[in-house]
Amino acid sequence: MSQKIRVLIAKPGLDGHDRGAKFVARALRDAGMEVIYTGLRQTPEAIANAAIQEDVDAVGLSILSGAHNTLLPKVVEILKSKGAEDILVFGGGVIPESDIPFLKGQGIKAVFTPGTPSEEFIKFIKENVRKDG
Amino acid sequence: MSISAEFAKWKEGAYGKTVAKFPERKQVFKTSFNEEIAPVYVPGFEDPQYLETRGLPGLYPFTRGVQSTMYRGKFWTMRQYAGFGTAEESNKRYKYLLGAGQTGLSVAFDLPTQIGYDSDHPMSDGEVGKVGVAIDSLKDMEILFDGIPLGEVSTSMTINSTAGVLLAMYIAVAEKQGFTPDKLNGTIQNDILKEYIARGTYRFPPKPSMRLITDIFEYCAKNVTKWNTISISGYHIREAGSNAVQEVAFTIADGIAYADAAIKAGMDIDVFAPRLSFFFNAHNNLLEEVAKFRAARRLWAEIMKNRFNAKDVKSQMLRFHTQTAGCTLTAQQPDNNIVRVTMQTLAATLGGTQSLHTNSRDEALALPTEDSVRIALRTQQIVAYESGIADTIDPLAGSYFVEALTDSIYAKAKKYIERIDELGGMVEAIEKGFVQQEIQDSAYTYQLEVERGEQIVVGVNKFQVKELPPSNLLKVDRSIQVSQIAKINAVKASRDNELVARKLAEIKAAAQGTENLMPKILEAVKVYATLGEITGTMQEVFGEHKESVVL
Amino acid sequence: MDNKIAFDFRSLAKLITKIENDRKGSEEILLNLYKENSETVVIGITGPPGAGKSSLTDRIIKEYRNLGKTVGVVAVDPSSPFTGGAILGDRIRMCDHSTDPGVFIRSMGSRGSLGGLAPATIDVLNLMKSAGFDVLIVETVGVGQSEIDVMSIADTVLLVLVPGMGDDVQALKAGIMEIADIFVVNKADKDGKERLVAEINMIVQLNRHRLLWEPPVVETVATENKGTSVLMDRIYDRGAWLKNNGMQVKKDKIINQFKHMALDRIGANILAILNDSGMFTRWTEDLVNGKSNPYYAMKELDENIKIKWGK
Repeated sequence: MSQKIRVLIAKPGLDGHDRGAKFVARALRDAGMEVIYTGLRQTPEAIANAAIQEDVDAVGLSILSGAHNTLLPKVVEILKSKGAEDILVFGGGVIPESDIPFLKGQGIKAVFTPGTPSEEFIKFIKENVRKDG
Repeated sequence: MSISAEFAKWKEGAYGKTVAKFPERKQVFKTSFNEEIAPVYVPGFEDPQYLETRGLPGLYPFTRGVQSTMYRGKFWTMRQYAGFGTAEESNKRYKYLLGAGQTGLSVAFDLPTQIGYDSDHPMSDGEVGKVGVAIDSLKDMEILFDGIPLGEVSTSMTINSTAGVLLAMYIAVAEKQGFTPDKLNGTIQNDILKEYIARGTYRFPPKPSMRLITDIFEYCAKNVTKWNTISISGYHIREAGSNAVQEVAFTIADGIAYADAAIKAGMDIDVFAPRLSFFFNAHNNLLEEVAKFRAARRLWAEIMKNRFNAKDVKSQMLRFHTQTAGCTLTAQQPDNNIVRVTMQTLAATLGGTQSLHTNSRDEALALPTEDSVRIALRTQQIVAYESGIADTIDPLAGSYFVEALTDSIYAKAKKYIERIDELGGMVEAIEKGFVQQEIQDSAYTYQLEVERGEQIVVGVNKFQVKELPPSNLLKVDRSIQVSQIAKINAVKASRDNELVARKLAEIKAAAQGTENLMPKILEAVKVYATLGEITGTMQEVFGEHKESVVL
Repeated sequence: MDNKIAFDFRSLAKLITKIENDRKGSEEILLNLYKENSETVVIGITGPPGAGKSSLTDRIIKEYRNLGKTVGVVAVDPSSPFTGGAILGDRIRMCDHSTDPGVFIRSMGSRGSLGGLAPATIDVLNLMKSAGFDVLIVETVGVGQSEIDVMSIADTVLLVLVPGMGDDVQALKAGIMEIADIFVVNKADKDGKERLVAEINMIVQLNRHRLLWEPPVVETVATENKGTSVLMDRIYDRGAWLKNNGMQVKKDKIINQFKHMALDRIGANILAILNDSGMFTRWTEDLVNGKSNPYYAMKELDENIKIKWGK
């Protein structure tokens, strides 16, 4: 019956600008996915734990405060340490192009910068989440 | 009275008296073909609505402007928001900007400072110095304003839940420089309601936050008399995705909530209302934006007069700062943003703003470089000196379109305010999620329009080019976090820790009661208690706010 | 992961996903893993949207954690009937517990169910019971049939109401008395609180003669942690009562739960038979085209059941 794609959308750190994260959450919901929206001020530990309990297929992290190089890799690291490296992690927000290679090297599969149409990130998630029975 | 009679009266009276005291920038303002430009232009026919709904500059209902001479007397204040990394670097940037002709300072703080965490707190990891300057104690504040005489500048601080503490630090630094608090000129944003709605740097729940705000109103009304104690903000509401009507409606509804709170705390409307100021967004649609500012002025004036019975005209004046819309900046083809900011500058100045911050072209990507910041400042200067729009007041008045839009925005915003009243006021409306839902629906609709190509964003969904990633962007690195932590340790080692503990205990006791917290905060700040210690102490009493999400 | 819980969180989470996605296969899983556990406290929380259910859940979790109890939470939010997607936001109110190894929180979309529970909720709760959690809290959507649904699985049902939300108790569906074991008036600092409490008390008094357990009314302000200890006392009272007098209640719940599962199954099976034979399509076509009336179709259904089921 319903194999729903489940995605966690979180805002790590202190940044309070959630317009983009809320838009992504709604767009994913309208595309038929179940979105666990965790809100502001999440620590990397809280995000990883929630992702595991909710058994999500992907985690989307939104950050506009410049702290992305610290916080995003931390989430990936914690997921890995708990045996959940198959959860797809992607990011968005104010992230300079020049930082993207570093983030990708740290395990963030994609970074969707301002102006990315929803069609693009929806397609990305659908095509890249793990397919198991 | 007829319009022409009123106009003559104004020219002699409100206008004439002002010019006598404060001469205009020029003896005569002239066109390129030597015709004199009048201070303001009025309908040549008898419009029965005109005086009641438009009036004249500096007169109720202030639709056409809050001052009688506006930019003919003095340009708007060019006030660029800045601050990043360490207090030392920010101090250098302020001196640069003041040297380049900026007329007021505007301080940006990092997120830990805005929320009340010291740089060594776990939640601060990765955030120190990133979006503004890190201030952990009075020591940092002293460095920030080193060599800048606070009694001679006007400083705006974008700080909300921790506004009381930062204001106390500012006062303490000024006192050390030899300036008494009544000499100080400036603003603190101090608008917690919009934090819950759109910006997110809240710390305490609504009730204690409102108490802190009214404590600040009261304290400044007595001691820091030239200080603007709140900048009721619509900017962030617009950035979160609202439309122009919602921006006006929710901001003014916030204003009503603050006025109600102050009156409930026993203050007289005409004592604190003159010091309320506003902060709006200057978006792309130039004509709509001009109408928006005019509608806002009229609405506030009427509310102050009729709803709150304010007698002092200064209570009725909606004075505002504007920032050009951050959300319109594109990462693609960043130089295009210079054009956008120019349009938005025109919107704000044709709309009669008192001060303006213009965004830099690279701000969709990072904090601005020195070059980009200079261009942003030059944009304002070019509009001021070269465009001629400052030579007469409210020049777009009388345009059928602009007047129709003004009326429409006024009426629709009024309806929203009635709705919010029905819900029990702004605090209730926020707790119920009504405001957030309205904003998100607008944001979602807009985004879908962009995706469908119904709304064009040049360079993003039309006229794209293949671009190399931008270079030379400003980067803030981790060493700041390290050096701030070292600074905190040094401060803690050299201060009288017992005295600090006592001062903190006094804050706690005051928080549990009803006495004004500002004097206690000031005392604690002077003995080098840190921002985190003071905020943490208050949290023990006030608790911490948890967001209520509406999606 | 707490030692008392049989699975690590990752495995538990994956089992829950399996149960949600593979309704048939989930029975196999539960067949093997099911462990009856009479000690587990199961609390259901229902009420209209905006009543503060999640904030209350957050407080209750804290209280049980202070006693060293492990807590499992299932929070159900409505799925969009158009897209099938959902935004599940209940965790936000419980985020203090995200790093506590003794707390497991799972959000579920109602996935087409008309009531307040997701189709898989009962199975998921049975799984978590078998995993050994001391306390289970299930938070429902708060619309439709949720009150009835949650009653079939929870020992203690909290009905959360808020003053001034326009939900005068009279306006609530009849049968509210059979469902609520504890009435919680949350946001009790709002205007209209006294009136709401009075109305609830009045209804309780009118009905007490036919109730085995007289539901108390508790006033709380969950966001300020006011009334929490009183609420916990009432929950413990209910627990004690169930232990001593609750045999009939427990029996009823077991019967109701099984009935629920059985009816689901029977309905699904018959519908499958009708679909396979094309009868269902034929009837609905005739109805839509005005060639038949529903009562005639029902008669044919009866006839067919008699034939198939031989009675």
